[in-house]
Amino acid sequence: MIPLDQLTKGEQATIETIETDQLPLKLIEMGCLPGNSISLIQKAPFNDPLYLKIDESHLAIRKETAQHIFVRLIK
Amino acid sequence: MSTSLNIALLGNPNTGKTSVFNTLTGLSQKVGNYPGITVEKKEGVCKLNRTTKAHIIDLPGTYSLNASSMDESVVIELLLNKNSKDFPDVAVVVTDVENLKRNLLLFTQVKDLGIPTLLVINMADQMKRKGISIDIPLLEAKLDTKIALISTRENKGLDLLKNHLIDYRKLSTRPTIELEHIDQDYFENLKKTFPNQQLYKLWLVITQDVNFAKIDRNRVSDATDFKTQPESYLKRLQQKETVKRYQFINGILKETLIIDREAATDLRSKLDRILIHKFWGYVIFFVILMTIFQSIFDWSSIPQDFIDTTFASLSEQTKNKLPEGLFTNLLAEGIIPGLGGIVIFIPQIAFLFFFISLLEESGYMSRVVFLMDRGLRRFGLNGKSVIPLISGTACAIPAVMATRNIENWKERLITILVTPFTTCSARLPVYAILIALVIPEGSFFGLNYQGLMLMFLYLIGFGMALISAWILSKTLKIQSKSYFVVEMPNYKLPLIKNVGITVWEKTRTFVTEAGKIILAISILLWVLASYGPGKDFSNAEQIVSQNHVNLKGEALINKINAYKLEHSYIGILGKSIEPVITPLGYDWKIGIALISSFAAREVFVGTLATIYSVESDAEETIKSRMGSEVRADGKPLFDLASGISLMLFYAFAMQCMSTLAIVKKETNSWKWPTIQLFGMSLLAYVIAFSTYQILS
Repeated sequence: MIPLDQLTKGEQATIETIETDQLPLKLIEMGCLPGNSISLIQKAPFNDPLYLKIDESHLAIRKETAQHIFVRLIK
Repeated sequence: MSTSLNIALLGNPNTGKTSVFNTLTGLSQKVGNYPGITVEKKEGVCKLNRTTKAHIIDLPGTYSLNASSMDESVVIELLLNKNSKDFPDVAVVVTDVENLKRNLLLFTQVKDLGIPTLLVINMADQMKRKGISIDIPLLEAKLDTKIALISTRENKGLDLLKNHLIDYRKLSTRPTIELEHIDQDYFENLKKTFPNQQLYKLWLVITQDVNFAKIDRNRVSDATDFKTQPESYLKRLQQKETVKRYQFINGILKETLIIDREAATDLRSKLDRILIHKFWGYVIFFVILMTIFQSIFDWSSIPQDFIDTTFASLSEQTKNKLPEGLFTNLLAEGIIPGLGGIVIFIPQIAFLFFFISLLEESGYMSRVVFLMDRGLRRFGLNGKSVIPLISGTACAIPAVMATRNIENWKERLITILVTPFTTCSARLPVYAILIALVIPEGSFFGLNYQGLMLMFLYLIGFGMALISAWILSKTLKIQSKSYFVVEMPNYKLPLIKNVGITVWEKTRTFVTEAGKIILAISILLWVLASYGPGKDFSNAEQIVSQNHVNLKGEALINKINAYKLEHSYIGILGKSIEPVITPLGYDWKIGIALISSFAAREVFVGTLATIYSVESDAEETIKSRMGSEVRADGKPLFDLASGISLMLFYAFAMQCMSTLAIVKKETNSWKWPTIQLFGMSLLAYVIAFSTYQILS
């Protein structure tokens, strides 16, 4: 299990746990929930923000937020 | 008999909700503000059939009823306030066929409030290309509502939507999920305490920071005392609620929605590969910016020149055709130029918003935010601050209006406050004449000094914007959640109708709102310049002709005008600020030009022309006249020290009443434009002062 900001471009993963208190509810409501699939589409220069596909939503979040999301890689 | 019903249009951003609104209401819509806040309130009227009229409110786009911005609070305040005259008879939730799952979350929330709720699935034209098929009758049955599958792009399905709206009374108001299943104890307890209230409504009141004091104090608000559990516990419940809603939605979509991913052609990843590329992404953005900049700067100069000459000749004709007198002068020298000063901004505003709405509509704007966020965050700004900062180089007015899409209030406010530092086109004529006057010709490694000076002025404006943004971000104490979640929508071909309506709306708002203030100040400046106390002003003709017996015709008139201006109220004002501006290297004549620059900075040149009683506005004559102006000690008035001091003053001072007017409008208070006026002008004074003292 790794924090989301350590995912590399193109990797597929599943959300394992999230630190609810540290995340905006909006992100949770957009599908950032344990069990959902997640992949990293692109990182902006300096690796921040991150462009993600979470479940079926495409969104960008800052690295500081991504550190509170833990994922498991799908081999 | 005709009936009228209230409709609230809700939906996630990027679902085409506004297209639905535009299609239903056309130009019958009006845009105002919600009382006391700067959120846009859009309403319009639509005839559903011969007897039924619908009053439609296009609520701000929101991902859920759990508000995280001022825009979203507006949505829930309306839906919870039964006594509001806008309270909807029926809510319409607009969804995008490609994001149905996420979009349905909001639908379940709205329906759980007990309001008749209709579902619109938009962008039906995309279904084939994306390999999507939906069993509409089954979905209607499962969601317990009526569905209109529409395409605003192809104008399909809108009649069905209207029919569903007419029959809104048939819609069920049964909730989609049972909150008790989330946490039996908590919700049972809540229910027992407020037996007459609807449970989901209570839950929203407890969890939201919505301003319930403003809406009627019905009994629901008592429930805010029911925060028996710590915030983190409540948030966990909200998460469980979200999970519960998704379980409900997933269960339904499994039976009703089929996506054939093989059939999907992916435009997104192809375009993303280049548009947000680590190198090419920036190059493309830069090229797009240059194009926009070019058009605002260059293309609008054609209609602007036309407007300029039209108003000038209108002024002239009024003077010639109407009988001489106070009213004619007010009309010809106060009101008409004042109106001209408003109309002249229209081309720039229209061009800017034409491009901005193209970028928004196509989905490209989110990519820009993604690319620029990191760099601008260091200065307390947001990825979305790029557009205002860049378009400020044309004119701060449309730029300030363009900050609307920055959700975070603190970042938006900072952007508004620092944008006027960027070098707008009105400063250019001032710089041009001063540079020509005080910066020597000649070059340095092939770069000519005058060009370098101009570039330096542009850079220093931009730099000051960033520095002050950084200072403001450290000093402003504004509670504003700073998290950043940006949806990256699909790329779409912009709908011309939406673009057109945006351009029309923004231009109209500027003319009606900021225009009033601009006109008022123009008239005030005119009064100050055309009247003066005492004999010096009223007997100007006599005094001048006695003192200058040799002068005749045009030259005499110019001398008289200059004498009048000197003894007018504005002239007296200029003289009275002379002690303050002397340490900067200016005299009272420049003082008058500084004051009248509040109408618009470029007025500087024209004002000096009048004061020096130069026959024509041609740059050469004014320039040579300015060059020969000397101080009491015989040194030239415009030397390197005073020239640079003056340029820096223009670079930093808040001298534009039109900008102040639009800032007042956008921040909804006089506080911020006042801070801007004094803060920027003080900064300008200090810098101009030290420059002059060091250089002279």
